[in-house]
Amino acid sequence: MVSVRSLANTPSSLTPNDLPWIIEHREDRCTLCGKCAAVCPVNTLKLAYMRKRMPHLVLAATERGSSYKTFVGIRQSTEVSKRCIGCGSCAMVCPNEAIHPVQNGERDRFRFVNSQQGEPAKRGGRRNVPGASLLDRIIFDRISMLTDPALDAGRHEFSCNTLLGRVLPPEEYVRRKLAGEWIPPVREIFPFVIGSMSFGALSPNMWLGLLQGVAYCNEVLGIPVVMATGEGGCPPWVLRSPFLKYIILQIASGYFGWDEIIRAIPEMQCDPAAIEIKYGQGAKPGDGGLLMWFKVSKLIARLRGVPEGVDLPSPPVHQTLYSIEESVMKMIQTMSMAWNFRVPVYPKISGSTSAKSVLNNLVRNPYAGALMIDGIDGGTGAAYNISMDATGHPIAANVRECYLDLCAQGKQNEIPIFAAGGVGKNGNVTQNGMALIMLGASGVHMGKFIMQSAAGCLGTESNRCNVCNIGLCPKGITSQNPKLYRRLDPDQVAQRVVETFMSIRTEVKKVMAPLGRSQSLPIGMSDALGIDDKDVAERLNIRYVC
Amino acid sequence: MCRLAMKTASKPFSPFSVLEAMEAMQEGYDGSGLGLLLRGLEFAEYKYNAKDPILSGIAHSEAALARLNKIMIEAGFELKYDHEFDVKRQMIEAKDRFKYILRVYKQSATWASLSAEEVENRLMLTRLALRKDGEAHGQDLTVFSLWPDVAMIKEVGWPLGVGQALGLDSGRITSRICMAQGRQNTNYGINLYACHPFFIQGVATMTNGENTAFIPIKDWLSGRGFPGYIGYQSDSEVFAHILHYVTKQLKLPLETYKHVITPLKNEELAAHPQGDFLRGLRDACRRLIIDGPNAVIGTLPDETSMLVMDAKKMRPATVGGKPGEWAIASEMCGVDAMIPDRDRSKDFQPMREHTVIIPPDRQELQIWSQFDHLPIHQAA
Repeated sequence: MVSVRSLANTPSSLTPNDLPWIIEHREDRCTLCGKCAAVCPVNTLKLAYMRKRMPHLVLAATERGSSYKTFVGIRQSTEVSKRCIGCGSCAMVCPNEAIHPVQNGERDRFRFVNSQQGEPAKRGGRRNVPGASLLDRIIFDRISMLTDPALDAGRHEFSCNTLLGRVLPPEEYVRRKLAGEWIPPVREIFPFVIGSMSFGALSPNMWLGLLQGVAYCNEVLGIPVVMATGEGGCPPWVLRSPFLKYIILQIASGYFGWDEIIRAIPEMQCDPAAIEIKYGQGAKPGDGGLLMWFKVSKLIARLRGVPEGVDLPSPPVHQTLYSIEESVMKMIQTMSMAWNFRVPVYPKISGSTSAKSVLNNLVRNPYAGALMIDGIDGGTGAAYNISMDATGHPIAANVRECYLDLCAQGKQNEIPIFAAGGVGKNGNVTQNGMALIMLGASGVHMGKFIMQSAAGCLGTESNRCNVCNIGLCPKGITSQNPKLYRRLDPDQVAQRVVETFMSIRTEVKKVMAPLGRSQSLPIGMSDALGIDDKDVAERLNIRYVC
Repeated sequence: MCRLAMKTASKPFSPFSVLEAMEAMQEGYDGSGLGLLLRGLEFAEYKYNAKDPILSGIAHSEAALARLNKIMIEAGFELKYDHEFDVKRQMIEAKDRFKYILRVYKQSATWASLSAEEVENRLMLTRLALRKDGEAHGQDLTVFSLWPDVAMIKEVGWPLGVGQALGLDSGRITSRICMAQGRQNTNYGINLYACHPFFIQGVATMTNGENTAFIPIKDWLSGRGFPGYIGYQSDSEVFAHILHYVTKQLKLPLETYKHVITPLKNEELAAHPQGDFLRGLRDACRRLIIDGPNAVIGTLPDETSMLVMDAKKMRPATVGGKPGEWAIASEMCGVDAMIPDRDRSKDFQPMREHTVIIPPDRQELQIWSQFDHLPIHQAA
């Protein structure tokens, strides 16, 4: 046994095998170019000089029995703050396929010590539940055949847009229209919405690319895609541009960015698509936004009206409100009034067993334009692990419950429900979205999927990368550091946005056609859904199939 | 696919002539059942006052008939005429038909002071009470309609055979309108209520084809809280209820029906003189958009008849005739059988934007297009 002092032995000591990701490095292929170490966002890779003994048998007493060789190689840091995040940037730059991260097959010990300085584990990104999600398991099983020939997705005309905004009951609509009274604003939009990601969370290049892509979808392809800002406003030039009509502006508990927005109102060329009031988000219910100081650049500081380089935690609730009733009255009506009742205003809440009570309050308020529910599988730029992993409510049952509640009141057409949280998290974005629509949602928001599809986000459900929170995004998607975000070409992002929505539109038709639906989006068409799980089928009031 | 036939004429005719037209189209259907709706009735043995309500249905047992009598008496109805069908039992497949009911009642004198709307409401509630009573007793009482000047018959079997079995060929009953459909439902459990035509407060429709948007439409109609919006044993029942909703609840003209079930596209609405109103109406009635293939034939209490198609127009229907006499059928041979001596070059097959309307005077066929101006108040 050796002495204790010769071992690195603290309670937090780790070996590479204890980490979630282990670097596999082939010294025989390594050219020692050093690119991997230079690109690694968390500095886990070190180029190190190492010495090894070369024993050989020597009979003559005049010579030493061993010689030593020095060599240069790559080593992985086992420090908690510098552990490999599995992003794979090293593999991306390696000219010789000599290095890549491998997920630790064992349950890593790292998670037990990831609370250094008393700070609980935080991350950005996703909930990290690998495998098929519940939405992935819902299939569309009511196929129209002989009684009603299936449609041709490529040839027939399809109407697959949805409505965002308060819709009056038909009697009231006819009465008001004939009397010349106010009709609440309604937007016809594509049911897949780019979910709220703030201008602080996303890099300027990412934001620009998304907006360019969205504008192309609307103006060239005729797909009325809208995108939501998160909290934190919108670049001043966008507020004064004709592209504002494709943007849902979010107001959240920190009210960040709203000075700029309010000042821009008299100069706006068009109205925004809608106003989203964020009361909660699925990934971290009970938390406000959490923009960390790394990301508060000069531009972000200006937009938000704060000093540079400070943490910007939004309060968990809107400090001026006591209750849902007051919230609905004060905020929805104030925001409606700001645009002279021409813009739909709706709240976004975290998925919750209390979602129905929020909904019922909205039903009673004539100005509420929709309800957006964000389930537990939603992503975020930054959150405590405990919030992301274990706090919240899955979206499917929440949406279904709320929809059936509206049906019981006959109001399912009046307040559209939008759903989010895990839509497309395994890539099946259209399947997930259409399943939620047939469960009763009028449309879905997607964030992570767009980052992956349009910008190549490296995150996966296996806890890969997930460092959106510290401004070191290796792809330049969620960083305010020009060295990083210049890696992302906005034009290429725009092109991918367009490709993504073209593909979703075709897939929507491919789902609708065999169901014999083409004239309207099949909202609430629950007779077309099936799942191979009896309990889920019963809970969602859909068919059990096997 | 089922086959539909409808005839409307100023001079009453026997429903059997329409069943013969069904026979002409027999290659297109399985002939598993018959649904008939007659309006503008005349009985050979009874001078009928068109204001008196007629009850149509089937009592499957003596007990059911007794309960029916009790319910009607308690609701203040007085039996004026009980049409005894000349039933040839051996020709009827079903063995639990105790009595086919087609009875003329006089409604309670106390109703005289009620508004027309309230009378209509009470007639519907009485029908629903009878239906509920039958459902509570193992479906031993089936009630199709209780309405002035409307009679309905629904039975399982070959349409012409059912007509013969019930003696419809004897000419004892004639009518100015006859709607006939030749199939039991096939998509959900067999149920007499699932057989077209469907009826609610004077409004009746029958449909060819399948409505794939059935569940969302049903969910929405059920949520209206209107007692008559129940049943839905067939996906086609919603067509009658939507027609009722548009004309009776929204009180919009018949032409609006087409704008509700198959609204125009954005670019078409942009060019429409009332595009703004219609776009709002489309949003408000979004859950009533049908997703055919369907041909919908309807008749209204004032003896107006109509025919519309779904937006994809994937089900056939032809209308033809001459002043005073018109026929609508799934196939031309059906129209030929009903009105052979017409100018065939004037037959019309509606396209996706058309509503064919035969007004009560039956002098001409009105072909109204969705692109036309809608006959409503200027402000719209």
